[in-house]
Amino acid sequence: MRKFSFHPCGNYREDYAQELTIFDTDYGRVCVGLFLVLLFFVIPLTVSPYMLYILNTIGIAAIAAIGLNILIGYTGLISLGHGAFFGVGAYAAAILATRVGLDFYLAIPAAGVITALVGMIIGIPSGRLKGLYLTIATLAGQFIIEYVLIHWDSMTQGTMGITIPPAKIMQWEIAGDKSFFFLIFFCLVLMTWFAVNVMRSKYGRAFIAIRDNDRAAEGMGIPIFKYKLLSFAMSSFYAGFAGALWAYYMVSVTAEPFNLSLSVEFIAMVIIGGMGNIPGAIFGATFITLLNELLRYITGFLMNIGVVTSSGLNMAPLREFVFGLSIVLFILLEPRGIAELWRIIRSNFRLWPFSY
Amino acid sequence: MDFFLQLLVNGVCVGLLYGISAMGFVMIFKSSSVLNFAHGELLALGAFFFLALITWAKLPVLIAFILTLVGCFILGFLIERFFLRPLIGEKLIFVIMLTVGLAAMFKGLILLIWGGNLHTYPDFLPEAMALKLGSIYIAPVYSATLVISVLFLVLFGLFFKKSSQGIYMRSVADNQKAALSLGVHVRRVFALSWAIAALVASMSGIVLGIINGVNVHDLSSIGLKVFPVVILGGLDSIGGAIIGGIIIGLLETFTGGYISPSLRDVVPYIVLVFILLVKPYGLFGLVEIERV
Repeated sequence: MRKFSFHPCGNYREDYAQELTIFDTDYGRVCVGLFLVLLFFVIPLTVSPYMLYILNTIGIAAIAAIGLNILIGYTGLISLGHGAFFGVGAYAAAILATRVGLDFYLAIPAAGVITALVGMIIGIPSGRLKGLYLTIATLAGQFIIEYVLIHWDSMTQGTMGITIPPAKIMQWEIAGDKSFFFLIFFCLVLMTWFAVNVMRSKYGRAFIAIRDNDRAAEGMGIPIFKYKLLSFAMSSFYAGFAGALWAYYMVSVTAEPFNLSLSVEFIAMVIIGGMGNIPGAIFGATFITLLNELLRYITGFLMNIGVVTSSGLNMAPLREFVFGLSIVLFILLEPRGIAELWRIIRSNFRLWPFSY
Repeated sequence: MDFFLQLLVNGVCVGLLYGISAMGFVMIFKSSSVLNFAHGELLALGAFFFLALITWAKLPVLIAFILTLVGCFILGFLIERFFLRPLIGEKLIFVIMLTVGLAAMFKGLILLIWGGNLHTYPDFLPEAMALKLGSIYIAPVYSATLVISVLFLVLFGLFFKKSSQGIYMRSVADNQKAALSLGVHVRRVFALSWAIAALVASMSGIVLGIINGVNVHDLSSIGLKVFPVVILGGLDSIGGAIIGGIIIGLLETFTGGYISPSLRDVVPYIVLVFILLVKPYGLFGLVEIERV
């Protein structure tokens, strides 16, 4: 057995493999292992169904946010269309499950692949455009997809929506918050593992090179259009996968939730969590989902106070205001997001109790 | 034929509205290259200030109008000072998301104060301003819009060509560093351009409010429709904004009239994608040359 390693007191790395390592120390590895044990064996058995519901929503949002982080944080392309991609995934899963009769374990990845194709189509303008022009092109993509989802009646049943048959493996039916918890978090762990590892491969390095300077990257021999499309495909695969999970979890799909504000919420998750940081996307998803729940609770509480009700004030818009405010404050005060805060907290404890 | 002409006139009228809504947006982009997603909310704020002054404070129309313009001028100034200035030189995504966050804040605030219902201004435009060309009727608001947009176009043209502040603004837009080294007060230029943009936005908000009634959701969705308009015209061309607005307006009304009303709202974005693919810097935009 090798020696249990701790943080070195300087930079003693000797080759690239050490630079690319995910866990600096065995301590980090053990912590993640403990966290996973806690996540899968303790939490689902102890918390209330409502908490499980919130956790499941966080898990689904986190998958989509990781995908968007690949695009925004690593490749530097801004997409305002991820809400629509999420919707494409949900509808693709619903249609595959009802029309084709695919089982859920095939329908969800297939929905991801379909969304990846759609994402590549929306990503085509990235060959000529960049920066804000590309952002506007994806905004157009969001509106066009939304229109198609609502008006392609023969496929999506318009405003009526589609009801999805329950997810089944053999005889065992996945229903209820607890079994979905296992499904969603198993997928989340898998997707996180995949994303973290892709980002330290040749592909991830190409993405980062494109983000830092696309002209220079092209000069170094990276075919940037190919990699930009790949980044769009990967990130919309994540969004579609999350959408498909969401569709199964919610049982029925309608087009209303997949609007621009969902896209904005996903970007907010990426920014608040920390751009270019995979765990950051999970932090961001947690923050935004909890904020939404908390604000829903608070506005519900305020509505029932006599003074507020009698003054005729509608407190629901407070939610939107605080949401906007939290984005603005994070950008102004901590642009590198919760991931950076987390790093600062950890490094404060590194030398504890002898910090200087 | 009458139907066609009526659609044509309607399209031009709607397009002019889009054009003047887009002018403020272009102002900001031209001087500070900030893509302002809160533009629709700025329109709404102007419209609601005016509403408050005219219905609650019962001020005469002209005084209310002037007060609104002054108020929004100051508001634009404050937005730049407190939110945008710390982000000078930051990444594009932060600037974009900041304006998105501001949009959510403003929208929440307006909803909190005025609610999401449709409000209307009392009638104050004289019916004599209505134009009648044969069988085609142009409502007084539209002719007022025409007058206002031409007036503002001329004013802005003069401002950018003749006044020193306008020339500073163009120099900052052209090359920030060079302008800075030649002694242009770049921060003041940014602040001024936000203030003027908010002023223009409030004015267009009032005009839109007169025509369609004042509703947060409608006004903020106009803020998004500005994007196809300015891309068509070129992001940094004020005249292009008007022409882009008219083209988008015509496109919308003709699609609504001849093809299908539901396609109406999405057509501008479809056109937008094609324009971006063919002519990425718009019809009248400046082509940027990049160096590594």
